[in-house]
Amino acid sequence: MTAVVDLLLTRYNYVAVVLLLGIGVYMIGASENLVKKVIGMNVFQTGIFLFFMTSAFVTGGHVPIIKEGVERYVSPLPHVLILTAIVVGVSLTAVALALIVRIYAEYGTLQEDVLREIQTDE
Amino acid sequence: MSESYAVLLVAVPILGSIVPLAGSLWHDRLGWPVAVGVSLAHLALAAGLAVEVFAAGTVVYELGGFEPPFGIVLVVDGISALVALLVGVVSAGVLAYARRAGPRGNSFYSLYLLLLAGLSGMTVTGDAFNLYVFLEITGLAAYALVATGDHGGAAVAALKYLIIGTVGASLYLLGVGYAFVATGTLNMADLAEKLAAVGYTSPLVLASFALVTVGFAVKVALFPLHTWQPDAYAEAPISVSVLISALVSTVAAYALARLVLSVYTVEFFAAVPTARTMLVGAAAISVVAGSVLAVSQTDIQRMLAYSSVSQFGLIVAAVGIANRAALVGAVVHLVGHAVMKGGLFATAGVVERTTGARSVDEYAGLAERAPLAAGCFAVLALAMVGVPPAVGFVGKWYIVVGAVEAQRWAVAAVLVVSTLLTLAYFARLVERMYFTEPAVDVGEPAGGVPTVPDGGRSVSTGMVAVVVAATVLAATLGFAASGIEALLEPTLAALGVI
Repeated sequence: MTAVVDLLLTRYNYVAVVLLLGIGVYMIGASENLVKKVIGMNVFQTGIFLFFMTSAFVTGGHVPIIKEGVERYVSPLPHVLILTAIVVGVSLTAVALALIVRIYAEYGTLQEDVLREIQTDE
Repeated sequence: MSESYAVLLVAVPILGSIVPLAGSLWHDRLGWPVAVGVSLAHLALAAGLAVEVFAAGTVVYELGGFEPPFGIVLVVDGISALVALLVGVVSAGVLAYARRAGPRGNSFYSLYLLLLAGLSGMTVTGDAFNLYVFLEITGLAAYALVATGDHGGAAVAALKYLIIGTVGASLYLLGVGYAFVATGTLNMADLAEKLAAVGYTSPLVLASFALVTVGFAVKVALFPLHTWQPDAYAEAPISVSVLISALVSTVAAYALARLVLSVYTVEFFAAVPTARTMLVGAAAISVVAGSVLAVSQTDIQRMLAYSSVSQFGLIVAAVGIANRAALVGAVVHLVGHAVMKGGLFATAGVVERTTGARSVDEYAGLAERAPLAAGCFAVLALAMVGVPPAVGFVGKWYIVVGAVEAQRWAVAAVLVVSTLLTLAYFARLVERMYFTEPAVDVGEPAGGVPTVPDGGRSVSTGMVAVVVAATVLAATLGFAASGIEALLEPTLAALGVI
């Protein structure tokens, strides 16, 4: 019990990472709505972003600009990586939404199960 | 000078991809000539790079002059030079095919060049995060290319591909994150040293290996993570099916091999035999499941897609075995599969245009209606089965020898059985094409299949030339295998492969 409390108090970021990843995958798999699947994809990626951010945290670390009297600097690399990954994520979301607009124009639905029925009927 | 070939290999197609889109303001048929120019330049760069690598050894380029391990490096060794050359040759061939087969329009050629840039980047990069970026560039271009199909099903297939592909790429990113937390570096050569220093049995290293391999298994389309692939291949326009079936999974499989060999290295497998067993086991399951699914298909393009699931199982199994013979086999089969599968899709496209046939039953009596296409299809199919001396035989031969040398009898047995399974789905097609009378209603396919007015859309000389060239390559490339083995010798030695 104390181990769980300890985990929640000191490692809550990692708990949040696991929750975000789990919720994201669940939304992608369980939701029939295409937009919700894309939201799930975004939640999943956010979990990964949070993982990188958390790993980059240094207690008492300073901004990585050389200054006198500062000993501990934070590595800027993870932040730059995630900045890139966010850009990638935005592009993916844009393409996904464009495809969804086209699917809706063609079939008039965003529900995957309805879509499957229409496609088998064709 | 030759170091800059590596960076130009990526930069030229990226810059080129802007031209057709921007040019749309003035002229809407600019795409093809621009793509041809860029693609030929890319092919020349890949050839120059290959000559340099095989003459003088690994080429390294430091981007922006930042020293490794701090900056990003591009590293081209024997395997990446061959894959880059394959990308150049196949993509140039696809252009000859796409001029008549479509899709038309400048935006298609922009996407094509973007895909070329992404694939080249994945091939030459020596940085784990840079690989993720190029993986996503390749992915985005491939999703958009699949969606260029002219009916709604293409958009549905592309969205499915996008969601599953993104989860795969994200898992890879998470795996890179674990490796980064363990070592603080992203440079592949540096990662290899520091992962060894951290200890291969550290949970961080094990987790990163698992996430990286699962992520790439999605991109390579191993069973049971292949579900995006049949829809994408069947719904995309035929030129796109040729391009992505020949290159996208191929380069993903190359990248997986690169990570396994250059980042985790064969010592990792020696220290953690379970990881190797699981990778080889998953690949073996993919070989069998892919073949079984292929046998049960009625649509030709879906059958070819499931066949890829099975063939990439062979390649990943060879990467897992990771001895000299198996890796030579993996490279030969990677190249051979690209030629054969691209050729089969190209032939299927020609057949569909001349006769309207799309399904296994409609291929009945094809030898009379389209003798050349039927002949090429039969040769390519038999090459894929592994009839000597075709390239399909040589690749599988090396992999089986590798499995036997490593004393992995179960894997060797699966590989041999896979040949029979491949025969199961291709032999029935060859039998139908040559020995079955066509059914009465052939030529008027049922609803849903696009009907062909006026007895068929035209097939250009370029399309036929691509089909014939792929057939000739598939039949003769096998003779080059011992040459490829000699060329790869220094690279494999540098990777510590015994």
